Amino acid sequence: MGEKVKLIGSIQSLFSYRIEWALKLKGVEYEYIKEDVRNKSPLIFKYNPVHKKVPVLVHGGKPLPESLVILEYIDETWKDCPLLPEDPYERAMARFWAKYGDEKLWQAYMAEGEEKEKAMGPALESLAFLEKGIKGKKFFGGEKIGFLDLAVGWIPHWLNVLEEVGSMKLLDAEKFPSLHEWAENFIQISPIKECIPPREELVSYFHSALIYLRSLSANKP
Amino acid sequence: MGEEVKLFRSWSSPFALRIVWALEIKGIEYEAVFEDLSNKSPLLLQYNPVHKKIPILVHNGRPIVESFVILEYIDETWKQAPLLPEDPYERAMARFWAKFCEDKVLISIWSAFIKQGKEQEEAMVAATENLKFLEKEMKGKKFFGGERIGYVDLTLGWLANLGSIFEEIVGLKIVDEEKFPLLYSWMQDFAEAPIIRDNWPPRDKMIVKFQALLDAAIASSSSSSSSSK
Repeated sequence: MGEKVKLIGSIQSLFSYRIEWALKLKGVEYEYIKEDVRNKSPLIFKYNPVHKKVPVLVHGGKPLPESLVILEYIDETWKDCPLLPEDPYERAMARFWAKYGDEKLWQAYMAEGEEKEKAMGPALESLAFLEKGIKGKKFFGGEKIGFLDLAVGWIPHWLNVLEEVGSMKLLDAEKFPSLHEWAENFIQISPIKECIPPREELVSYFHSALIYLRSLSANKP
Repeated sequence: MGEEVKLFRSWSSPFALRIVWALEIKGIEYEAVFEDLSNKSPLLLQYNPVHKKIPILVHNGRPIVESFVILEYIDETWKQAPLLPEDPYERAMARFWAKFCEDKVLISIWSAFIKQGKEQEEAMVAATENLKFLEKEMKGKKFFGGERIGYVDLTLGWLANLGSIFEEIVGLKIVDEEKFPLLYSWMQDFAEAPIIRDNWPPRDKMIVKFQALLDAAIASSSSSSSSSK
C-alpha cells in the first residue's frame, strides 16, 4: 500500500464525483487534478488515450478510466467500508442497477418536442424501478451508502439541474416518495454533502452542452 | 450439489453465447431454455421485466440478467477456471477492455455492416480506430486473458464468428490480416478452441438471418430517404 493516488476529474463530470465520494468514504488520501472538460489538458490524453475523458484514477502510476470500473477497483484495493455487498447475487443486482441508471436517464434531458415526450417514458420507468428498489431501505446499500448509492448518487444534485435546463419534471416527490426521501438523505451525509459541485456551474455547463448537442442533431442530414 | 442452473438463450444471440462458453469452460451443468424472440415466453418477461431480453441466468430460482453482470456472477460463484485475473489492476483493465469492446468495437462494426453510403464509411473508420487499440492490447498474448481464454475474450468472441459472416455478406474486409495480424490470429485461435468451436450456431442459418436484417435495413433507409422531412 502507500502508493500515490491521483484522481483526474472535473466539476462538470458527475462521474468524477462518484470516485471522490468512494475515496473519501474509504479514507483514501489522494491528489485531485482538476480538469476542464471543455479545454482538456495533455494529461487526459496521456492517461486515457482510448476515451480521452475524466475521471481517471492513477494508482502508483497506473492509470484506470471508466468510473464504474474504477469504483470496483477501489473496493477491491481498499477494504475499509465495503461498497459492494458480499453475496454474489446481491453484487450482481448492484451492478445491474448501476449500469441501468447510467443508461436510461440521459435521453430525456437531450430530447426536444416529440422526441422528448417519447424519451420521458423510459426515464420515468427507470425512476419507477429505482423507487421499487429503495422501498423500505435507507440507502441502496442498506444502513450505509454502497456501490449503487454512489452510482446513482448523481440523481439528488444533478437531476434537478437537468430538469431545469431540459424543461422537464422527472423526480416528482409524490410519484416517487421513497426515491425522493433517499435523495434527501444522500445529500445530507458526509462525505457527500461536503463534496458536490456549485449548482450555478452545473446549470451553465449543462445549458451550453444542451445547445451544442441540439445543434449537432439539427445539422444532421 | 443440487444446484439448479438454467440459461435462457436464443439459437443465435452472441450475448447468450458468452454465457454458454463461460458455463462450459467452468464445467457447470445447466439447462438451456431456447426462446423465440419474436414470441417471448411469460417466464422470460417475468425474469427480465426491465429489459425483456436474453440471456438470463437463473440460479436456484434467482434470475440474473445482462451478460457482463452474469459473467461476473458466474466467476464469483464458481471459482474453478477463473475468467477474470486475480490482481485488482489487471481485473480492472479486463473490465475496461470488455466495456470498450461492447460500447465501441461492437457498435462500430455493427454499423459498418448495417449502414450504407457515407454512414458506412464513417463506421469503418471508427471500427478501424477501435481495432487498432485492441491490436496493441494483444501484443505478446495468445488470448486477451493470456495463455487461457478469459473475460475479454468471451466478450469479444462474437467477432471470431460474426466478423467473417459480415464480411461475406457485405464484401467488406473488417479485420484485415495485414493491418491487424494479432487480432486476426486471435480470431482463428479463439474460434478453434474446442468449447468455442463446438458451440457456434450453424453458419448457413446465420448468413440467412443477417442477410435478412441487412435487406430490411436497406429497405427502410431507402423508403425514408424518398420521403421529405
